[in-house]
Amino acid sequence: MSSKQTFIQNNKRDAPRARPSSSGWRNWIVVAPFFLFTLLFIVLPSFSLLTRAFLDNNGKFTLLNFAGLFEPSILSAYWVTIRISLATAVGGGLLGFLMAYAVTVGNLPRAVRTGLMTFSGVASNFAGVPLAFAFIATLGRTGLVTLLLKSVLKINLYDQGFNLYSFWGLTLTYMFFQFPLMILVITPALDGLKKEWREASENLGASHSMYLRKVALPILLPSILGSMILLFGNSFGAYATAYSLTGGFINLVTIVIGSQIKGDILYNPGLGYALAIGMVVVMSVMMAIYYFLRRKSERWLRQ
Amino acid sequence: MKRRSIWSWLWIVIGMLYFILPLYSTFDFSLRAKKGVLSFLAYQRVFEDPNFWSTIKFSLVIAIFTIIVSILLVVPTAYWIRLRLPKLRVLVEFISMLPFVVPAIVLVFGLIRVFSGAPFFLTNTYFGTYVLLVAGYVVLALPFVFRSVDTGLAAIDVQSLTEAAQSLGANWPTIIFKVIFPNLRVAIMSSAFLTLATVIGEYTIASFLVGIKSFGPYMSLIGQNKTYESSSLAIISFMITWAFMGMIQLFNRGKADTSALAGAR
Amino acid sequence: MAYLSLSNVSKVFGTTTAVEDFNLEVEKGEFVSFLGPSGCGKTTTLRMIGGFEMPTTGVITLDTEDITYQSPNQRNVGMVFQSYALFPNMTIGQNISFGLQARKTPEKEIKKKVDEMLGLVHLEKHIHKYPYQLSGGQQQRIALARALAINPRVLLLDEPLSALDAKIRVELRLEIRRIQQTMGITTIYVTHDQEEALMLSDRVVVMSQGRMEQIGTPAEIYNYPSTEFVAQFVGQLNILPVTQVNKKDGTCVLAGQQVKFDQSFERSISETPRLAIRPEEIQIGIGEGRNTLKGRVETVMFLGAVVRLRVDLGGVMLSADLFNERNITLPRAGDEVVISFPEHSCWLI
Repeated sequence: MSSKQTFIQNNKRDAPRARPSSSGWRNWIVVAPFFLFTLLFIVLPSFSLLTRAFLDNNGKFTLLNFAGLFEPSILSAYWVTIRISLATAVGGGLLGFLMAYAVTVGNLPRAVRTGLMTFSGVASNFAGVPLAFAFIATLGRTGLVTLLLKSVLKINLYDQGFNLYSFWGLTLTYMFFQFPLMILVITPALDGLKKEWREASENLGASHSMYLRKVALPILLPSILGSMILLFGNSFGAYATAYSLTGGFINLVTIVIGSQIKGDILYNPGLGYALAIGMVVVMSVMMAIYYFLRRKSERWLRQ
Repeated sequence: MKRRSIWSWLWIVIGMLYFILPLYSTFDFSLRAKKGVLSFLAYQRVFEDPNFWSTIKFSLVIAIFTIIVSILLVVPTAYWIRLRLPKLRVLVEFISMLPFVVPAIVLVFGLIRVFSGAPFFLTNTYFGTYVLLVAGYVVLALPFVFRSVDTGLAAIDVQSLTEAAQSLGANWPTIIFKVIFPNLRVAIMSSAFLTLATVIGEYTIASFLVGIKSFGPYMSLIGQNKTYESSSLAIISFMITWAFMGMIQLFNRGKADTSALAGAR
Repeated sequence: MAYLSLSNVSKVFGTTTAVEDFNLEVEKGEFVSFLGPSGCGKTTTLRMIGGFEMPTTGVITLDTEDITYQSPNQRNVGMVFQSYALFPNMTIGQNISFGLQARKTPEKEIKKKVDEMLGLVHLEKHIHKYPYQLSGGQQQRIALARALAINPRVLLLDEPLSALDAKIRVELRLEIRRIQQTMGITTIYVTHDQEEALMLSDRVVVMSQGRMEQIGTPAEIYNYPSTEFVAQFVGQLNILPVTQVNKKDGTCVLAGQQVKFDQSFERSISETPRLAIRPEEIQIGIGEGRNTLKGRVETVMFLGAVVRLRVDLGGVMLSADLFNERNITLPRAGDEVVISFPEHSCWLI
């Protein structure tokens, strides 16, 4: 931290408060609604799922619900969900990173950047039902791209084993909002890459590739990995897009939870709770790693 | 230098194709409702469907309530932890990130389990389910509303502004509504439009709580039996998202922080 | 031919000329400062020597080699940036060894050099720390060590102290001078701080609006400013309207009172000549062979080492700096005073 910054911070700390800060219950009344709300609508629901996950149908303590997670069909649901999340996080992450790199570091006109940011804001929020419709019109059996490939390149996607309603189809669909999201979250990190670092590296006699290998990539790596983890979580918890695309006929964790809520096939409430808790655990681990990585890069880039 | 910008253009073009192709295909498809000719018939049918208007109205109203509730919850809290309770900052930040950890499907599961039984019985009445829906959406919006408001507050030096207002004799309501809120206009507007964009076509929570009353499930229903109309709905929905995001750009003058992570995927 | 030379160098960005017809010869081991307000082209000139900007016209040679269009990583010129530009992902030791690694120096030699450099800047203990763990002043010393580790032919410093607190700035200034002298390295130093430039440099280049205003030793720059800009920018200066200028006799009339000026030093006298005099040349009281004027004290400002008076000479305001003494008796506002200054201390401008 530069001494200048310390100075400013100290100054702030020295500044007298408007009134003594511990004036009791009055302070808490302002924040009470927020805490009450989050207690009711985030903590309570999660906690209720957690306790129910440890109870059997008669309200007795059991671990059987969690044992149910290791049934082949459930394991496979987790496996497919993780594979899709991984594929879209890495694929979307790479494409998004390269595009963000192009508009920040790879000298393109300023207007391209502005345009790309608007586009990313829109595309990363365009998901769910309409996105599924769009991909059906594109890569479905009578989708435009499917037909184009058939007539121009004589490739019949569906004969090649492609199916929009399976792993690859869902992966391609998720990519539509994943890579724009990557652009949005990685651009600030790329902006933080100071021009002076490149100049200092050149000045010290390093080649461009040495700069990339030893300076730029190591500095960006925590941000890149962190952003990919966000993308992973983003697709891990996705439900609407998958459900509307496949009509519920794909074995994803979210889809299985959905059918447990509705109580249709193989109704087993205990298993539903365990699945939900399993999901929260996976997401928590992801967020913990994300925070660790973010702290690392923030510490580096503090100035 | 030259070679690098060729690569740059390449990635941009690939990304743009990925973006444009599905939209173009959908638009093309939506024009083919009449055999042999291109027409806006599918759009006409959508617009003539009273359910289209009623569901979109319903979702808009829910979205507006969501915005009001989340602003009223978040702004005073974010303001107060900057001014008086800085010790609570870590906790509030942690809470506002919780929606990342609890996906929408898990959230709605928990909401139904808690509030359908004693002592709440919220799902027994229409009004109760609406309350629950708004609550769910407030949770979904919490991360970006909090972050947006908090960065807005960071930019205006709340402490000095408050002290200045106090020294000029302002009371608390005056400070909050005449000093703090106007200075947060950009933050509030951009999180409001982001909330609109996420909530309007939301499917996961809506489908379990209110079903086809809202726009997301309505679109889904259309998709099950009307192919051309579903494509036109996708285009309309895309236009709506674009309009809302455009509004954010307008308010932020290009510096949009538009990443809604806990959105409705 | 000089060790480092810039001839007819200019740089145009779009429609604005950042540097215009810049000529400079620097001898080996010399310390030259570029001094000027922001936007005067000093940093651009430095960056052209470093290779980060290509001159629009002109030639830059270093040690008889034309380096005008050489890429930065071929030049072997060390640069210290205003923002330090330390690599945040590397320890101090790794930062200093970076340039040597780029040169494929054997590991053993690198280690020796790193230790030597850390010794030079007195930061041996911090070799395994990361930049964010050091203070601003320490970071800047590491940046200096990193630039010096590659044995550069020229050391370039771009406002290296401007981001630091006043106290550390003074401390580091001395350190830069000491290191430069012990290593005998040719140095170009960019600054907007006149005190820094005057104290550190063998020669100072004063720049304004892309042009070189004056080049000379610190004493020449201060005592014999060749343009009004230099006179105004370096140090304080009274510029007073005068009438009845007689260049032959070296006399003119200031506020109704006759004044003699330095005839031998005439620089860029405009249509309506004015009289220039440094405030510290002025004393209270009469003196032999001095210009003597009557006036009335308007304000008295106590600044510590000096006391600044504003004196009204009858419509013309003049600043006078008196050196403080413990038993000084200060005039008060409204007092009638007689001031005097040597005839050779003022000149026409």
